[in-house]
Amino acid sequence: MLCIKNGTVIDGISDVPYKADILIDKGKIIHIGENMGNAADEVIDATDKWVLPGLVDSHCHLREPGFEYKEDIGSGTRSAAAGGFTSVACMANTNPVVDNAAMVNYIKSIARAKGVVKVYPVAAVTKGLEGQELTEMGELKEAGAVALSDDGRPIMNSQLMRLALQYAKGMGMLIISHCEDLSLVGDGVMNDGYMSTVLGLKGITRAAEEVMVARDIILAEVLDAPIHIAHVSTRGSVELIRQAKRRGVKVTCETAPHYFCATDEWVDGYNTNAKVNPPLRTSDDVEAVKQGLKDGTIDIIATDHAPHHRDDKEVEYSLAANGISGFETAFSLAYTHLVETGILSIQELVQKMSKRPAEILNIDAGTIQVGKPADVIVVDLHRTYTVDVSKFYSKGKNSPFNGCTLKGKVIHTIVDGKVVMKNEKVII
Amino acid sequence: MMALKRKDLLGLRGMTKAELEEILSTAQDMKSILLSNVKKASYLQGKSVVMLFYENSTRTRFSFEFAAKYLGAHTASVAVSSSSVAKGESLVDTGKTLQSMGIDVIVLRHPMSGAPHLLAKHVSASVINAGDGINEHPTQALLDMFTIKQKKGTLDGLKVAIIGDILHSRVARSNIWGLTAMGAEVRVAGPSTLMPPDIEKMGARVFYKVEEAIKDADVVMGLRIQRERQQKGLLPSIREYTRLFGITQERIRLAKADALIMHPGPVNRGVEISSDLVDGEQSVINEQVTNGVAIRMALLYLLTRRDYNAVH
Repeated sequence: MLCIKNGTVIDGISDVPYKADILIDKGKIIHIGENMGNAADEVIDATDKWVLPGLVDSHCHLREPGFEYKEDIGSGTRSAAAGGFTSVACMANTNPVVDNAAMVNYIKSIARAKGVVKVYPVAAVTKGLEGQELTEMGELKEAGAVALSDDGRPIMNSQLMRLALQYAKGMGMLIISHCEDLSLVGDGVMNDGYMSTVLGLKGITRAAEEVMVARDIILAEVLDAPIHIAHVSTRGSVELIRQAKRRGVKVTCETAPHYFCATDEWVDGYNTNAKVNPPLRTSDDVEAVKQGLKDGTIDIIATDHAPHHRDDKEVEYSLAANGISGFETAFSLAYTHLVETGILSIQELVQKMSKRPAEILNIDAGTIQVGKPADVIVVDLHRTYTVDVSKFYSKGKNSPFNGCTLKGKVIHTIVDGKVVMKNEKVII
Repeated sequence: MMALKRKDLLGLRGMTKAELEEILSTAQDMKSILLSNVKKASYLQGKSVVMLFYENSTRTRFSFEFAAKYLGAHTASVAVSSSSVAKGESLVDTGKTLQSMGIDVIVLRHPMSGAPHLLAKHVSASVINAGDGINEHPTQALLDMFTIKQKKGTLDGLKVAIIGDILHSRVARSNIWGLTAMGAEVRVAGPSTLMPPDIEKMGARVFYKVEEAIKDADVVMGLRIQRERQQKGLLPSIREYTRLFGITQERIRLAKADALIMHPGPVNRGVEISSDLVDGEQSVINEQVTNGVAIRMALLYLLTRRDYNAVH
């Protein structure tokens, strides 16, 4: 038995934090109450610290199979654990693509063998992510895919997207849409605006995202089908989703920490670690994303953890790969930029990083409750530290936040009752 | 003479007026060497300069090569086909290889914006940007500024109109940074599809009617219009461009009577500018080429003196 003692608990259900001990046995939470340490074989002292449900990430890239030099399921899940994530949904753009039941099973078996947190595969919407033919969504669901997404690529053909939403609805599957109109992107490599003019880099208009957000909302509305919009980055997208929710469209969405912590000014100096898709936008968009998080338009915060090798980043900006290694900074960025600034309460942050993502993915996670899986993290909200990518568990050191001073740090991570990270060190 | 304190010349963005003035005044001295009977000085003796060109260029490459040779440097040229940029050896590795051969200055032309910045971060040799993507072409802007200064005596308060494809022009960007730092008023004009967003925040005045941009200008600079802009849908036709934006004898009458006509070349005669203006009395297009060598001599001199001054 494991006991987490003397912490302040935010369980994801009650509105107020409370002091309690949490007793864990056989992977489940068995008691929440006072003075329960005596029965335990192992005690984690959480005095002056906060005890939260393990974080749930609806959007990450673990790169295995095919790109193990960037990340693999072992390193990626250790990185997730270090960042406080106990459940992660990994995208299908591996090589081969996760577009059939066998691949879903393969990811699950590798994750069981090498993973240290729970891995939920997201399968492709179209075979080979080619945007031509639908995948066998029924079989994918049976195999254990939690959602469907061609993330990294949009489904440009509107009729195919319509059919995908319709078929997925029938199968009870959620589609996570990567909204990007490629004809509007052209050869753009950063946000279109003053900074692209100054740097002489081809711009990507915000319309490339917003046109597709609008299209997908309309398709979902016509079909009364659910849709989840990935990585919302612009004011216009937030506004479109806000209006759609008011009309009752079954749309949910996520943003990632870099869309409320960084702007296109970070690209200055041709910083390829700030190259990400969708691109970093302007401070006006950052404000809109924060407002969207505050008023509930944006349901959840996902990492879009996209690790890359330095060979893919130490190149000309136009050639550099898109993506930010995000697991190990996500919680601290969100706490520093949203909670410390008064935009969200810590309870609301727990909703956006644990409870709601678990609900959207329909997985058994995201709350601290008796009888539930013991996915728990202990965080120190007073702790200030400087991000050092060389200390990342992820193989991907590609973070524009290297050197930033942040507040709020994950100290212990417990997955299914097992202590995976202890005193900021991943121990398995 | 005080030497430029930079290792590299990556662009004119962020350059101070004092730095620009030093380059322009050094170019003046270099021009007298260039115009002398024996074009030979020893300022770069024992130095080596390599021209690393990932894009086709004749005038810029030769201009640098002669500038280096007139000052006594060892030179070499590497022409890499731009198609091999994404494959073959990485830019950083190529730069390190050259550095290991004892190269002091790498002159880089590259189709991708920011490539010289990347190279400069990874080598201790000086890097001179000879044009990167659509970002900057600082030596072209410096030679433009030098030419204007020679003709007009000053840059302060002059009105310089730059006409054409501003969006894709590294010459325009460098000129906006440099000329505005020197106190000139820069006007840009062209079709709205070829105008980058928020360019007025860089300090330029934006016009969509070429006549308004040219009115009372001291300098009118044309930029090359590439035919592929039509294929990409940025222009309905080259014909309409010429009709509405072409620099013609009639339009040039709106400028000051002694206005200079400039063009970075190569010129599409009859497209962005009419032939009679290219060859006319107000044109300084050929002198720009001469001044280009002087400017490049000045930069090579200043950047290679950097170490010398640090030691002595």
